[in-house]
Amino acid sequence: MTLSELAPGEIGIVKEFTDLEMSVKLMEMGCLPGESITVSRIAPLGDPMAINVSGYQLSLRKFEASTIILQ
Amino acid sequence: MKADIRVALVGNPNTGKSTLFNTLTGLNQKIGNFPGVTVDKKTGYSTLPDGRIAEIIDLPGTYSLYPKSQDESIVFSVLADRSNAHTPDLVVVIIDATNLKRNLLLYTQVADLKIPVIIALNMTDLSTKAGINIDIDLFAKKLGVPVVPISARKVEGIDKLKQAITFANKIALQESSIDVEAIAPQLIAQISEELKLDNPYFALQLAHQHETVKFLTPTESDRIEELEKEFSFHSQKSQATETIARYSFINDLLYDTVKIPETAKDETLSNKIDKILTHKVLGFVIFLGILLFMFQSIFAWSAYPMEKIGDLFAWVQNSLHQLLPAGPLTGLLVDGVIGGLSGVMVFIPQIAILFAFISILEDTGYMSRVTFMMDKLMRKVGLNGKSVVPLIGGFACAVPSIMSTRTIENWKDRMITIMVTPLVTCSARLPIYTLLIALVVPNRNVWWIFNMQGLALTGMYVFSLISAIVVAFAFKLILKGRERGYFIMELPVYRMPRWNNVAFSMYDRSKAFVLQAGKVIIAVSVILWVLASYGPGDRFAKIEQKYQQPQYAKQLNPDDLKRAINSEKLENSYAGVLGHVIEPAIRPLGFDWKIGIALITSFAAREVFVGTMATIYSVDGNADKIESVQKKMASAKNTQTGQPVFSLAVAFSLMMFYAFAMQCASTVAVVYRETKNWRWPAIQFAYMTVLAYAASLLAYNLLK
Repeated sequence: MTLSELAPGEIGIVKEFTDLEMSVKLMEMGCLPGESITVSRIAPLGDPMAINVSGYQLSLRKFEASTIILQ
Repeated sequence: MKADIRVALVGNPNTGKSTLFNTLTGLNQKIGNFPGVTVDKKTGYSTLPDGRIAEIIDLPGTYSLYPKSQDESIVFSVLADRSNAHTPDLVVVIIDATNLKRNLLLYTQVADLKIPVIIALNMTDLSTKAGINIDIDLFAKKLGVPVVPISARKVEGIDKLKQAITFANKIALQESSIDVEAIAPQLIAQISEELKLDNPYFALQLAHQHETVKFLTPTESDRIEELEKEFSFHSQKSQATETIARYSFINDLLYDTVKIPETAKDETLSNKIDKILTHKVLGFVIFLGILLFMFQSIFAWSAYPMEKIGDLFAWVQNSLHQLLPAGPLTGLLVDGVIGGLSGVMVFIPQIAILFAFISILEDTGYMSRVTFMMDKLMRKVGLNGKSVVPLIGGFACAVPSIMSTRTIENWKDRMITIMVTPLVTCSARLPIYTLLIALVVPNRNVWWIFNMQGLALTGMYVFSLISAIVVAFAFKLILKGRERGYFIMELPVYRMPRWNNVAFSMYDRSKAFVLQAGKVIIAVSVILWVLASYGPGDRFAKIEQKYQQPQYAKQLNPDDLKRAINSEKLENSYAGVLGHVIEPAIRPLGFDWKIGIALITSFAAREVFVGTMATIYSVDGNADKIESVQKKMASAKNTQTGQPVFSLAVAFSLMMFYAFAMQCASTVAVVYRETKNWRWPAIQFAYMTVLAYAASLLAYNLLK
């Protein structure tokens, strides 16, 4: 299951990434394996999404979220 | 000013770095450029408790030393380039106490470069409120650096920070965070040996960034590339390994020194606001409402100061004309230079107000929600959620808007945004549209409430947005992307705007506008003045002679005589001759040589149009008297057909030309400044001129 499949309010734990380049950026922003992610909302037009991770809010596109595999 | 110590401010975005910078330096700051790149270099001076003067450099906010945008790439260059005059003696890393973990990543990277460092722990008031308990002494001891708790917003702890800067060590004493050498042992050893480096992390960073940093020679860079191949070094894999190692160090550190309450952080207020502001329907309604309010204010609030600035310059010009002896030099100074300068200065109020709004929207955190809402829509046409800001700003002025595209990390998205922003109806087009619409569109209502002139004007605004979107889509298909687009972006918690920052932003941007655009506008207006004031051969002398004949003095009063002379001189000036030369090219658009002169002069700046029209139709030469220009233009007849020159077809053809043509020297200059390549302004100029010609031709032939 990937992060892009979660609905607002759902929680997931990061397991691994499918895209190396994206993973570097995501990890710098605090999305690390083992970290818990809560989806806070989806943008009005269905993309991008806003998540809560390591204590702050991050927005990312669905495509980017689909590179994050959850446990 | 000579500085005794050089201090660099480094930190994540949204940590209050700019606020701290403004607090430390006050108005005592200047914006320059880092050599070779377009990133603004903000420096300022601060007096330390012992009387020494510290030069403070504000580096762009970044999450890591591995750059994701042009602005960010400067951070490592400044910190690492030991031969450079900008090299800081000390780095102050600003850390958001409410988000220690992510903020510490950048700190550990900077610390490992072994430059003397101090931590400014910002927002300690908020972290205490959130129940985060930081054992600052233990924290400082474990890292081996001074840690100063501050609140930049409330101006707390600034004196302590200044003291810490005063007593800072000259050598780096901080603990190393991770075992850097373990990431790429052979490569680091080899680079360190060949380039004689004593810092393994510096060597590793060079392996990643040797292509972008400016201080390596091509031979050195090529050698690093060779070594990377030899030791099969993979930049991204290495970054991933490093980041994980750093976070594991940070987790250990925080486990011992920080107690975070079990209950989730109190973000409910921000969440509640988000539910309304990013609502499916309400979100867009509110956004449109804010935009509407912004435009109304830009026009309404700037009208008075703009008028006053115009008056002031008119007064200066008149006084100088009276004080100085008449002659070409006086004319050049008063009408050329000062006249050109007033054309720049008059836009300061609009730019200042626009930037006040933009900085309020950014400071509160609302702008990042707008990009969040609009990203999907903008992406369809090759833009990016972040393009919304410059496009909106384009309604006021393309110059500051193009400067604001720097926040767009993706090269292709940024270029497309820069290319289409000048299509948006800027404030300089407004007087032209109002003048021409008033000439040809009847002033009556349709469907009871809609004024036809108002509808025509609104139509031009909507049309400009549509054309920007269509052109963006075309560029999306043509341009090849250099890198992948990211939209991984922090959504900061909503906050009250910091009014100091708003004021600084207004001041900064207005200053940058005057300095950057002013040079070009003055140069072009001097050239135009010369072209309009002199003619080939003895044509001017002959005109003077002609009007000295007694019958003219009898028939005309002195004012009319002067106008007649000026009008005939203009026709025979170099500008007039040019107008005649281009007449064949613009006749298919319905324009005559007089409009041709206005088109040529307008290439310096659109707003010159009304003034030129005023001069050509020999009104007092006062550009503010739009009504009298309008009357003259309305009564102007085509000498061959006897029909009015400004028919519906000609007026709309002219508006189409102004809608598309790149008639703004300041924009050309700023596009060059932002892209550092003449190719981009050239492409922009070319495509816009072609579109302008085609649209005019179409409009004229459809309406003729």
